[in-house]
Amino acid sequence: MSAETTPVNDATSLYDADNPAPVIEAPRKRTGKTPKTTRTNFELYGWLFMRLSGIVLVVLVLGHLLIQLMLDGGVSKIGFAFVAGRWASPFWQAWDLIMLWLAMLHGANGLRTVINDYAQRDNTRFWLKMLLYTATVFTVLLGTLVIFTFDPNIR
Amino acid sequence: MSTPTLDKHSAALDAAEDSDSHTITVTFRIRRFNPEVAAEATWEDFQLELDPKERVLDGLHKIKWEQDGTLTFRRSCAHGICGSDAMRINGKNRLACKTLIKDINPEKPITVEAIKGLTVLKDLVVDMDPFFQAYRDVMPFLITKGNEPTRERLQTAEDRERFDDTTKCILCAACTSSCPVFWNDGQYFGPAAIVNAHRFIFDSRDEAGEQRLEILNDKDGVWRCRTTFNCTDACPRGIEVTKAIQEVKRALITRRF
Ligand code: HEM
Ligand code: SF4
Ligand code: FES
Repeated sequence: MSAETTPVNDATSLYDADNPAPVIEAPRKRTGKTPKTTRTNFELYGWLFMRLSGIVLVVLVLGHLLIQLMLDGGVSKIGFAFVAGRWASPFWQAWDLIMLWLAMLHGANGLRTVINDYAQRDNTRFWLKMLLYTATVFTVLLGTLVIFTFDPNIR
Repeated sequence: MSTPTLDKHSAALDAAEDSDSHTITVTFRIRRFNPEVAAEATWEDFQLELDPKERVLDGLHKIKWEQDGTLTFRRSCAHGICGSDAMRINGKNRLACKTLIKDINPEKPITVEAIKGLTVLKDLVVDMDPFFQAYRDVMPFLITKGNEPTRERLQTAEDRERFDDTTKCILCAACTSSCPVFWNDGQYFGPAAIVNAHRFIFDSRDEAGEQRLEILNDKDGVWRCRTTFNCTDACPRGIEVTKAIQEVKRALITRRF
């Protein structure tokens, strides 16, 4: 008394025992030819860095959001003068510089993980990571340049 | 009409037999795939009479023996020891031979499909080669240096306790095929291989712990674990899989610093 939802065997089937349909291969499956260990600690340091930078980012990012968006009249106070005032102090320069570097490296390494997880073909992986690294280097360098060369008297 | 044929007859069993209502009608919704018939997998419903105290495996047997002999699945021991019949039952990885009908809501259709992340060959049968390749790659056997002792290699009870949990693995692949990292990238060693490496890394008699740690330190090793705990939830042996992975991570970090 089987109630079939879909007919399994129809007369027009293209496949039979001598000519089976292709099976769906699992993505990037492990075989005897999978490369053996590379003997570096890169992934170990990456994993540690995510946790250590995360702890520092809790203070830096939440402090940043608090100052920028909540205290002293909230977001409406932000303007050229406010930024210029803060960056006159080496303390806030250092705060923003460390936050920039840690957040960018943390975010980039996180996205590297996401790409490793989701990209199936080696080519896609490679180019997505190149795009990621280019964007990261560009943003970090530009941000660093601005923090160090900011001119409050610019017209 | 209690017939004293079995000395273990309980009141509940008697009641069930008296009322004659101990079987219920359940629907099995099974993911079928047969490359000799069609390229796509389809769901097929089967209705059968089962005692709620029976297991999903009994249902599969009933279907195969009484309704459709082409239904294909693996099982050997039927008692939770050989690790052949891990499958996805109502969306969770379990052993069909350890899953009672009454524990998985028989009111709704019970879905049964092959475990994920491995190539489906037919119905519920998957290609286990990549899984066992990862197992082989962690060298799951005792490695020692020097001369063989003339008597057995002794170990204290505490030393044995250290890795007791990971000795229980039956290599059913329920954990590895529940891991989202493994679904997307089969190069990841997966929880089961790490569990079986853990079993030797923390064995005081073994001398290749360093080598195994180095293997799992690689880009497809323990650092790919994202601590989702799917493996611990899936393990039919109750092994704390995620904890074992975490212990290997910790061993790697304390080795470096
Ligand atoms: C506020 C404090 C933060 C903490 C405590 C924190 C902590 C972490 C940790 C521990 C991981 C690793 C997760 C894993 O290995 O499974 C992670 C991943 C990640 N983080 Fe953060 N993080 C913080 C802020 C940020 C910021 C500001 C960004 C963006 C720039 C960011 C982007 C990411 C990304 C993209 C990932 C990868 C996601 C994934 O693995 O699925 N995080 N974070
Ligand atoms: S750890 Fe548990 S779920 Fe994983 S293969 Fe071993 S017995 Fe199966
Ligand atoms: S048939 Fe052996 S574990 Fe289920």
